[in-house]
Amino acid sequence: MTYIQLTYSDLALPALLVVMNGALSLALHLKLERQLAIASARMVVQLVLVGYVLTFLFAAVSPLWTAVAAIIMVLFASRETVARQKRRLRGFWTYGLGAGCTLLAAGTVTMFSLLTQLRPEPWYHPRYALPLLGMVLGNTMTGVSLGLDVLTDGLVRERAAVEACLALGGTRYQAMLPIIRDALRSGFMPTINGMAAIGLVSLPGMMTGQILAGVEPIDAVKYQILIMFLIAGGTGLGTLAAVIGGGHLLTDHRHRLRLDRIAGDAPK
Amino acid sequence: MLTVQALTRLHIFVSFDLNDGECVALQGHSGVGKSLLLRAIADLDPNEGTIKLDGILREAVPAPRWRSQVTYVAAEPGWWGDTVQEHFTEWDQAMPLVERLGLPPDCGSWNIRRLSTGEKQRLGLVRALMLRSRVLLLDEPTSALDATSTATIEAIVAERVSAGAGVIWSTHDGAQARRVASRLFVMANGGRIEEHPI
Repeated sequence: MTYIQLTYSDLALPALLVVMNGALSLALHLKLERQLAIASARMVVQLVLVGYVLTFLFAAVSPLWTAVAAIIMVLFASRETVARQKRRLRGFWTYGLGAGCTLLAAGTVTMFSLLTQLRPEPWYHPRYALPLLGMVLGNTMTGVSLGLDVLTDGLVRERAAVEACLALGGTRYQAMLPIIRDALRSGFMPTINGMAAIGLVSLPGMMTGQILAGVEPIDAVKYQILIMFLIAGGTGLGTLAAVIGGGHLLTDHRHRLRLDRIAGDAPK
Repeated sequence: MLTVQALTRLHIFVSFDLNDGECVALQGHSGVGKSLLLRAIADLDPNEGTIKLDGILREAVPAPRWRSQVTYVAAEPGWWGDTVQEHFTEWDQAMPLVERLGLPPDCGSWNIRRLSTGEKQRLGLVRALMLRSRVLLLDEPTSALDATSTATIEAIVAERVSAGAGVIWSTHDGAQARRVASRLFVMANGGRIEEHPI
């Protein structure tokens, strides 16, 4: 397996493309040049740091350090899940629900692939565990945040409909069912769209990376198919857990709608 | 009999009994807490106090069953499906009431979005009446209706009261309160209710 190695100086020329975007922003008064500069700088610094961290982790092959890296990834994913939501739960569950569901889904699916299909030696080898977790995590996070966003928004908007069903003797899950369905659909949709368009509209980054690194295209494709199945499973599991969990938290044992548990939304 | 003892919800603190076959009118100016009180009795919002139906504590009954016996009907009922009949478990059995309230038999297939406020209010009431609840908590049930529909609803509810149902009827209309109720509760700013002569 051979690949063309890049030096840092090789990256200077492509960086000019971003400089070109900055110049365009200045010329057209888009006021994006500052954001563009910060985002580009962050991207470079973050990726270089990750490169060094991964180099350390791959050399150490320690279950402890691999677990620490995984936990940090989940915490960042949880923060991102919350940041994307228009309405947030109060207290511990602001972060707890997103983090718990993302960890549950991405962790389960990653473990499943490590223990059944890939079986690296040792099974927690960071070269396999962390990239897999990262890819599943990113997509699960999108599903979880979309699902929760549609759930909370739907419950606030459709409060009268939910409470009408409750007032007529419906259970909390009967009353929330139409909104739960919408939330699950929204959470699943990016993954379904992604699977439908893959290969025709876009070549996925992981597969492209493997091909550039010298892997046979058909082997890269097999890995990509595995990843897509894992992403679909993780997103489905995570979105389901988050939406059902969110519905449970926004109602109580007496089957009452509890919108007072949404931050900044306290109906009488 | 519905027994309400020391029901507390935000500023509201009330105690009263509602006998079987009795209609009590509830009055008080807008925002005083009439809807909050009715919702609290139906256990739709967190509240404290001792509420019993025929001596059985509300908390001893699963909440959905409590609400199918002690049913709150909002002034502006909510709708979760696309068509009218999706909101009824037995649409055919609702037909006599639907027609009595001046709605055509084919309104079951109507889209909810095409309903007027008055049609929604009538259908919302029919939907609740189909449960044959022991207690009806009516929150301004005729606020969007003309005199004919109002009279029909008053007559239907009176029949239910004669059959043994207890009703709390919130209204701003003093004449209506006198027509439908045998007792009058007036809610004041402090969240207490006082019984006034009807």
